[in-house]
Amino acid sequence: MTAYEKVAAARDKNRPTAVDFINEMCENFLEMHGDRRYADDPAIVAGIARLGNLPVTIIGIEKGHDIKERNKRNFGSAHPEGYRKALRQMKLAEKFNRPVVCLIDTSGAYCGIGAEERGQGQAIAENLMEMMTLKTPIVSVLIGEGGSGGALALGVADQVLMLENSVYSVISPEGCASILWKDASKVQRAAECLKLTAEDLLGLNVIEEIVPEGDQLFVHLKERLIAILRENSKKDVSDLTEKRYERFRKIGGVV
Amino acid sequence: MSGRMRKFRRPRNVLEGQPATQAEEIVETLSVSCPKCKKSVDSDDLAESFGVCPYCRHHFKLNPRQRVRQILDEGSFLEIDKDLSPKNILTFPGYDAKIESAISGSGEKEGVVCGTGKISGFPVAIFVMNPQFMMGSMGSMVGEKITRLFELATKEGLPVLGFTVSGGARMQEGIVSLMQMAKTSGAVKRHSDEGLLYVCVLTDPTTGGVTASFAMEADIILAEPYALVAFAGPRVIEQTIRKKLPAGFQRAEFLLEKGFVDDIVDRRRQKKHIASILSLHKREAV
Repeated sequence: MTAYEKVAAARDKNRPTAVDFINEMCENFLEMHGDRRYADDPAIVAGIARLGNLPVTIIGIEKGHDIKERNKRNFGSAHPEGYRKALRQMKLAEKFNRPVVCLIDTSGAYCGIGAEERGQGQAIAENLMEMMTLKTPIVSVLIGEGGSGGALALGVADQVLMLENSVYSVISPEGCASILWKDASKVQRAAECLKLTAEDLLGLNVIEEIVPEGDQLFVHLKERLIAILRENSKKDVSDLTEKRYERFRKIGGVV
Repeated sequence: MSGRMRKFRRPRNVLEGQPATQAEEIVETLSVSCPKCKKSVDSDDLAESFGVCPYCRHHFKLNPRQRVRQILDEGSFLEIDKDLSPKNILTFPGYDAKIESAISGSGEKEGVVCGTGKISGFPVAIFVMNPQFMMGSMGSMVGEKITRLFELATKEGLPVLGFTVSGGARMQEGIVSLMQMAKTSGAVKRHSDEGLLYVCVLTDPTTGGVTASFAMEADIILAEPYALVAFAGPRVIEQTIRKKLPAGFQRAEFLLEKGFVDDIVDRRRQKKHIASILSLHKREAV
């Protein structure tokens, strides 16, 4: 598959969304709404559940399936209140020593008047800061599109996994092509240049592992998440956050 | 001259824009015409008024050297990591040439200048982003330099003062640029957890990944008058919502009204204002 074919696969409307992953992998999911400051953002689904025997906090960016639901979910583009809802759930996870699982699937944080008025930049920034030192294990999974800051706002984790046909990028190939080459038809080239596939990101040490897709996707991912979280839960929490810092600290440093 | 001014008023896209020539003009020519009120301003007068138009208060863009001269006590600046320069990590087409032209156009090796110095005698660690270097976009070395500065300040127990100006992430560094948001945020958090002060001054324009990381993470966030401060820039929003944005949207005054900056401080009062902040945060034995 070419890089742009991966982009298309990651955006495929028939691809499972965050809610599908939660339903397939978890039992006893109890959704928690609202950021306690402004509103509930349906683009982000958050709550507590059991993953195997493990109680977890699970947070996903949800695109929705049919057009009605996609509208309700704002096509998976969250507002600041969505990121603040996510952070509120993470803080509760920290309080109750529950590991956190984040499922990322967004073309980006929403670009609109309300989002700017309510501090989209500030909301994302706060998540980056707080996740870095959150005293409980965090694992993030790119399940579809990983669009820039809106994806990273749930991506500061001990381990980051990517599905084999997911992508993760600072800008969409369309945006990149139109800005750099003033030519939206050069998207294929932009997709190659941006190095946004799971293989590329594994090579750049931005992710830890690639999750194969196929019939066993949910079963396999669930097993991996349980294994990773069990391992991390054994670690001293200050070692965990130290390693989390080091994980990001070395990206793009002086070799 | 008029061509250069036009470029200043209507910059090309923020990530790709030509290095702003405004700051050079302050010293290079006898007079400049203010892009806002169009009046001709004597260059010496402009330098004396900290690059603020004496007629309409328009804040001209400054390069980091001018900024450091304005804000720090004379001779107190000690620069660190001066030689760190961008690398074409992804072998992105055309990026090498862009780096070269940014270096020759700005006389700097990266889009941020870092160091330590004093403000009215109070020691600070300082970073100043550079509008002349690929519009202050956040490449990995920008992230690295800012992270190192916060780590140094944490170690030495220093407050950090930052001046942001940025078109956002540096596209040519792809995901590695994006990761600098997390990296710098981690360093800011560790500095903060030590009980140390971080003051950030948002200057025109501060956007994208910089807004969504260290620009919005300060304990005290100040902004220059009428500075554009945004996550998504106005053009992106207009394209998304297919509507014209109201006047003043995403300007410093708008952010103040919405509760996202602590105060708007005219450049001519900044040194005194920041010295007062530092003085009120001085740790003294009670």
